[in-house]
Amino acid sequence: MTSVFEYAPAPESRSIVDIAPSYGLFVDGEFTAGQGTPLTTVNPATEEVLSEIAVGTDADVDRAVRAARKAFTRVWGPMRPADRGKYLFRIARLLQERAREFAVLETLDNGKPITESRDVDVPLAAAHFFYHAGWADKLDHVGLGAAPRPHGVAGQVIPWNFPLMMLAWKVAPALAAGNTVVLKPAETTPLTALLFAEICQHADLPPGVVNIVTGAGDTGRAVVEHPDVDKVAFTGSTEVGKQIARAVAGTQKVLTLELGGKAANIVFDDAPVDQAVEGIVRGIFFNQGHVCCAGSRLLVQESVHDEVIASLQRRMGTLRVGDPLDKNTDIGAINSREQLARIRELVGIGEAEGAHLWQPAGELPERGNWFKPTVFTDVSPAHRIARDEVFGPVLSVLTFRTPDEAVAKANNSTYGLSAGIWSEKGSRILSIANQLRAGVVWANTFNQFDPTSPFGGYKQSGHGREGGRLGLRAYLKES
Amino acid sequence: MSDRLAVRKTYKLYLGGKFPRSESGRTYSVTDAKGAFVANAAWASRKDARDAVVAARGAFAGWSTATAYNRGQVLYRVAEVMEGRAAQFADEVAAGEGLSAAKARAAVDAAVDRWVWYAGWTDKLASVLGGTNPVAGPFFDFSVPEPSGVVAVLAPQRSSLLGLVSVLAPVLATGCTAVLVSSHERPLPAITLSEVLATSDVPGGVANLLTGSAAEIGPWLAEHADVDGIDLAGAGTAAMELERSAAGTLKRVLRAPAEEPDWTADPGLTRMTPFLETKTVWHPIGV
Repeated sequence: MTSVFEYAPAPESRSIVDIAPSYGLFVDGEFTAGQGTPLTTVNPATEEVLSEIAVGTDADVDRAVRAARKAFTRVWGPMRPADRGKYLFRIARLLQERAREFAVLETLDNGKPITESRDVDVPLAAAHFFYHAGWADKLDHVGLGAAPRPHGVAGQVIPWNFPLMMLAWKVAPALAAGNTVVLKPAETTPLTALLFAEICQHADLPPGVVNIVTGAGDTGRAVVEHPDVDKVAFTGSTEVGKQIARAVAGTQKVLTLELGGKAANIVFDDAPVDQAVEGIVRGIFFNQGHVCCAGSRLLVQESVHDEVIASLQRRMGTLRVGDPLDKNTDIGAINSREQLARIRELVGIGEAEGAHLWQPAGELPERGNWFKPTVFTDVSPAHRIARDEVFGPVLSVLTFRTPDEAVAKANNSTYGLSAGIWSEKGSRILSIANQLRAGVVWANTFNQFDPTSPFGGYKQSGHGREGGRLGLRAYLKES
Repeated sequence: MSDRLAVRKTYKLYLGGKFPRSESGRTYSVTDAKGAFVANAAWASRKDARDAVVAARGAFAGWSTATAYNRGQVLYRVAEVMEGRAAQFADEVAAGEGLSAAKARAAVDAAVDRWVWYAGWTDKLASVLGGTNPVAGPFFDFSVPEPSGVVAVLAPQRSSLLGLVSVLAPVLATGCTAVLVSSHERPLPAITLSEVLATSDVPGGVANLLTGSAAEIGPWLAEHADVDGIDLAGAGTAAMELERSAAGTLKRVLRAPAEEPDWTADPGLTRMTPFLETKTVWHPIGV
């Protein structure tokens, strides 16, 4: 397909960010050296090394947990709740003030389009702090009786797909409830968390309330398994989630897990096709499909299959893959070589199992990690690409004839994080929404998030919720 | 005193609304608190546990989609029928737990009242735990609690009736279905309760009772892929191993305190929320 017209490049300037050649661990209010062998973080769009990142060892994690414990006992726990709230309001404002800087840095480190980091990730991160700031002095109303108590030290491990936003989802409720935090950012995307450490300093947040320990899986394991951590919150793969659930078994640690998904996005024959196609695109190609709640299984009613797929392919032909800093870009870089290899492997399996692959024409940049938006038709429910989370811009299309069949196929998954419904009929939407075994159901929309709205999965997509009163409750216990 | 010879009862399992013996053919002796023989109870096997899970899964669709009002009435009906058999329960509790008649009767009364309490919760959970969310955009967004699915309940080992009801009733109130493993040494109140359930409009399969050994059956239930949650109340020293095993399928786990708690205390929502999911639904607002 030829493009109707060409866009002139519209790059966002990267001069707004100032990346240091190396970063230490943020422990007890200061940047300190890590004892592990440093790793490098890379711009996945160019493979340029952005910075050298300290790696926290068991001893470093222990130091961070001790700082968090001390801050919990002496400062953050005893503090007037309204003052805790004021610190969080400060952080929300500081994030808003430096929003563009965070957006550019996120795009450099993660590879996501600047329009998404600018319009979704960073504003939502600030909103999470603003929302939870208001809770800090109203905890009697969360539904755990009068004067509920924080757990103590929260150990939090977050993924690379929404680095700053996941930080906000974890840190804001923890602090509002009166806990202190040891956070382990993802190995490939630590930079916005380290810039957030500077925000904590500028907010005069007491030392030790937030500690950020960078590193890879071993560092995360040390955080989760540290005996003086009271609350564990993890977002990431179901496989690691199971390891964590096993590791905390028999302890008093309270656990929240946000894990994988394989969401069904169900299109009924009465749905307006153009709107549904926009929703399908938003569902699977948002953030390169690196979204646990991505609408990666399209269930389309048989009678409109050909029309929907033709329209979808036409729309996919207009998606622009390339420089994440370009404001015209729709699909940015795949976050890492490892993830690109996994996507390629599963796509190869999809072809080998007999599904029909389609990608739009067009060139990909020579350097960096890229994958074209991809749709598989003729997919059977038994295919790996219909069951496994690809975590990339790859859509699997299945069909159904009746609403009952749609529900049965949608629920035929070990996951249960999210789902989509496209229909003009209100009673049908409510009926299908009732029957879907998924924690978030988007009807005639997809991939919407808000700090007031609980998010989290059924089945092996994890347990516990983030956002809203329920999300906050996970950081509190009855007194 | 009458010289009529009593008709004794054969105690069996309760699976899918029926009262089978263990497929294994095994039984074990149940004694009273002083060690005297009382009855033989069925010793449930791994296959009985799997049958119970199948029955519970089969009943889940109907029970979880029954109206909250209907579930409340059914649970209240359990209290009504139980009240009518209070004397029998009191005898079994007194014998099994070695309590005085008055204390046993108090435990039975508390157990009946607990059903009433949970019966009243069914149609209030959604308004207490759910609601609309004021999102920053043109969307109507609401959250509702929904039952997790099939829950394995390892009943307390000591409190054979009040403890048992205190772990079973909340699971049923949420809309989950249950596979219950009774106290090993004190199973008789559980078996009598299953007869109450069978005559209280509780659909077959909603609650299934296995007598025998939680130590033997627990591991199968903890790793069973079609079990969504597990209450470790009666797991004892096996609790940690069972929790590790449950992690393999990311079950919802309700841990047990080191010592069996005081079951007369107000339980709040703590035994229901672990087996409730939250579903959040978004829809655009526009013309």
